[in-house]
Amino acid sequence: MASRQAPGARPGTRFAQFKLVLLGESAVGKSSLVLRFVKDQFDDYRESTIGAAFLTQTISLDDSTTVKFEIWDTAGQERYKSLAPMYYRNANCAVVVYDITQAASLDKAKSWVKELQRQANENIVIALAGNKLDLVTESPDKRAIPEADAEAYAREAGLLFFETSAKSSINVKELFTAIAKKLPLDQAGPRNMRAAPRPGVDLRPEAPGTQGAGACNC
Amino acid sequence: MDLQDTDNDGQQHVVSKQPPLSKASTPDKDERSESLEERPPLPPRPTTLSLLNDETGPRTTLQAEATTALSRTDVGIQSSEVAGGPFSTLAARSLPHSPKAKASLSQLASSRGSEAGDSASIRSSVPNTEAGDVEALFMDFAASTGSHGQAAPGLLDFPEFAADDIDDDGIIGEFEAVGELNEEGDNEDVLLQRWKAKRKHYIILSAAGKPIWTRHGDGGLISGYVGVIQTIISFYEDADDHLRGFSAGDTRFVVLTRGSLHLVAISRMMESDNQLRLQLEALYMQILSTLTLPSLTHLFSVRPSTDLSRPLQGSESLLSSLADSFTRGSPSTLLSALECLKIRKQHRQAINNALLKTKANSLLYGLIVAGGRLVSVVRPKKHSLHPGDLQLLFNMIFEADGVKAGGGESWIPVCLPGFNSSGYLYMYVSFLDIRNDIESSAEITKDESVAIVLISPDKEAFFEMQAMRDSLVEQMEKSGSLREIKTAIDKGRPATTDIVPGTVLHHFLYKSRANVQFTMSSYAPEFSSVTRRRRLMSMYNNLHASIHAKNTHVKVHHCVSRSATSFGWVTPVFEFYCIAEPNTNRNALAQSASKIAQWVQREEERLFIIGGAVF
Repeated sequence: MASRQAPGARPGTRFAQFKLVLLGESAVGKSSLVLRFVKDQFDDYRESTIGAAFLTQTISLDDSTTVKFEIWDTAGQERYKSLAPMYYRNANCAVVVYDITQAASLDKAKSWVKELQRQANENIVIALAGNKLDLVTESPDKRAIPEADAEAYAREAGLLFFETSAKSSINVKELFTAIAKKLPLDQAGPRNMRAAPRPGVDLRPEAPGTQGAGACNC
Repeated sequence: MDLQDTDNDGQQHVVSKQPPLSKASTPDKDERSESLEERPPLPPRPTTLSLLNDETGPRTTLQAEATTALSRTDVGIQSSEVAGGPFSTLAARSLPHSPKAKASLSQLASSRGSEAGDSASIRSSVPNTEAGDVEALFMDFAASTGSHGQAAPGLLDFPEFAADDIDDDGIIGEFEAVGELNEEGDNEDVLLQRWKAKRKHYIILSAAGKPIWTRHGDGGLISGYVGVIQTIISFYEDADDHLRGFSAGDTRFVVLTRGSLHLVAISRMMESDNQLRLQLEALYMQILSTLTLPSLTHLFSVRPSTDLSRPLQGSESLLSSLADSFTRGSPSTLLSALECLKIRKQHRQAINNALLKTKANSLLYGLIVAGGRLVSVVRPKKHSLHPGDLQLLFNMIFEADGVKAGGGESWIPVCLPGFNSSGYLYMYVSFLDIRNDIESSAEITKDESVAIVLISPDKEAFFEMQAMRDSLVEQMEKSGSLREIKTAIDKGRPATTDIVPGTVLHHFLYKSRANVQFTMSSYAPEFSSVTRRRRLMSMYNNLHASIHAKNTHVKVHHCVSRSATSFGWVTPVFEFYCIAEPNTNRNALAQSASKIAQWVQREEERLFIIGGAVF
C-alpha cells in the first residue's frame, strides 16, 4: 500500500508509506547513506553488511504530508545476488548507488537499473546516487566518473540523479525527499491495491520449495 | 569426601599427561628444571644421563630433518628481528621447552621432603602441552633448545602470569592491522616486520596454493610465506603422509586439511595442538556457514584453482573476529560449551512461555541472547542446537560489527554446519534497547546488548519473524521479563568470594557436560585487562590440555608455579577448572572447588538452560 490515511490522522493531512530498496556494488556506501538518512550518523570504518538490514525513517514533505520509508539495505556481495529479487519485488522505489571514484561501480549500477526496469514494479521510482563526493572534493583527481556522464545516463534511463556524500551529509536528505516527491502520494496505484494485507514488503515465494536444500521441514 | 579420594587416585595416573611417544624424553627436562632448584638429586635415569652428558649430539641429528631446517631459518630470523621490540620479553619468556617454563607438583612435593618416587609420578603444569608432539616429530630439537633455557636459571615464574601488565601493548598490538603496501612498495620491510611480530597467525589457502584468507597482512604481502607453507604441506601430501603440525623454535604450526582447503594456525602463545585444531575447525565452519558445503565443493570441483576469496568477500570480518576471540582467549571455545545468563527458574520459564506463545509457524529456532550469553531457547523437539553453530552466530551478532552497525533489523542467510551443512537458513536479528534511560547516548557495551534471534528455513519469512518479535517483546514487557533480563545483566557474573566467602580461588570455570553449557566467575577485577585475561586463559588452556590427556573417568590435576596455582577436576558429570594464589594449600583448593561444585548443583536451573522451550 503506497498511500493511506494514518489511523487517527488529522483531517487534511496525508500519510504515505513506501518500500525502498538500496542496490549497488559492495563498498560503494549503501549502508552509510542509509545510516546518514535514518540516524544522521557516519562511521569511517564500516564492516560489510551481512545479509540485509531493514530500517524505517519518516520524513515530512510539508506541513500536511508525512512519508514513511521502509528501507531494505542489501549487501553488495555477489553471493547475495540471488536474494535481491526478494527485496525489490514489491518496492515502490530504489536507490542504486555507485562510487564516483570507482569506474566499475557505475557499470554494476547500470546492470542493477536494467534488472529493476525489467523485473521490478513497472512504476518503480529509481534514483541513481554517485556516492563519496567528499573524496573528490578533497582531491579532484580521484574522480573516475564525470558527473556529466552519469547524469546523461540517468536522464536517458529516466532516473533521479544525485552525487552524494554520506560522510559530509551532502544531498542525502535531498535524495530521499526527491524520491518521496516523485512517488504517487494521493492515489494508491492499482498494483498496490492487491498488495500485502499489512504494510510492508510482501515476500511471496518466487516458486514453491525454494528453501535451501535439506532445510528443516518441521 | 569424593574429591580427596579421587585426588590420590588421580595422582597415580597422572604420569601420562603427554602422548605416550614423548614419555621417553620429557622426564629429562623436568629433572633439569628440578636440578636448577638444587634439590636432592633424583635416582638417575639412563636417558637423562646420556642427554645431559651429550648436549651437542642432538644438533647433528637435527640437520637430517628437512622441514626443521627450513622453518628454523624462517622463524629464527623472526625472533631475532623482534628481539628488543615490545615482544621480546614475552618471546623470551614463552620459550616452550625451557626449564623455566616448567613448574610442577613434584617440585612442591620435594621441597616438603616427600619421597622421590612420589614426585616422579606427578607431572603437571607444563605450560606448553604440545611438547609431546614436538618431540615426537623432532625428537632432538626440543632437547637442544632446552639447553638454552639453562642459561637463564632462577626464574621459575609461570610464563603467562610472570610479570605485570608491562606487555599490554603486546597483546593489544596483536589485533592491530599490519597496514597496506604503498604504491611504491617500499614499506614492505616494515610491514613484514610488523607481520612477523604477531604472535598468532591464521592462514587459509587452497590445495592449489592460492591464499584465501589470512588474519594479518594481505595475500600479496605474505604470498612468499604462503608458498613456503604450501610447499611443506604438499611435500608430505605427496608422500601420502599428511602433515598435522610442526614446531620451529617457540612457534607451533598446526595444519588442518578439509577438502580443498588447508587451514594453518601459527602460534607463539603456547596452545596445544588440539586447541589450535579446534580453532581451525571453527574457522572452517565459518567458511561453510558462508558458502555451504555443496557450493564449496562445487567451486573447487569445477575449477581447482578457484580464488575462494571472492565468494567469501564480506565475510572476512567474521573470520577475523572469530580468530581474535581465540587470540584473546575464549572459555566457550576451550570448553566447547555455551554460557547462559543466570536468572531464576520461574523467570526463565516465563520467557520460555512467551516464546512458545508467540512462536511463528515457520520458526525453526528462537533465541534470546544477552551479550553472547543465552537467555532462552525455543526449538523443535527433534532438533537440538549445536554449540559450534551458536558460536558462529554469536560471533556474527556480537563480535563482528557487520550486523550491529546496520542499525536496524537484519535478515541473514546463514548455513549452520552442525545442523545441516548443505543448505541455508534465514536468520532474523533484532537488538533490544533495555536501558531505562533512553537519553544516555553512551554506546551499549557488548555485554549489555540483548538480541532476539529467530531462525526460519523460509527465506521469505522476514515479516513473519518481525511480527513474532513484536509480540514476543510485548509479552516479555507485560510479564516483566525484560526487566528481569536487565537486572541479571547488571548483576553480572558472581565473584568467587560471593559464592564461597573467603575462598582462595580467584577464578573458576565449570562445565556441565550433560548440558554442554558452562558457567564462570567474573573476570573483574583481577582479570579485566586483555593481557591478564589472556594469561588466565593460557593457564586454563594448559590445565585443560593436561587433564584431558589422562585416560581415567575421574581426573584431578593440580599445578603450582610461583605466580599461580591451578586446579582441574573432571568427572563424568562436570569439568571444573580454577586458579588461585601460588602456594595455596591443596586442601583449601579442594575444599573451595567442591563448595563451588555444590553451589552449581544447587543453582543448576538458574545457571543452565535445561531442556529449554520445546515444540
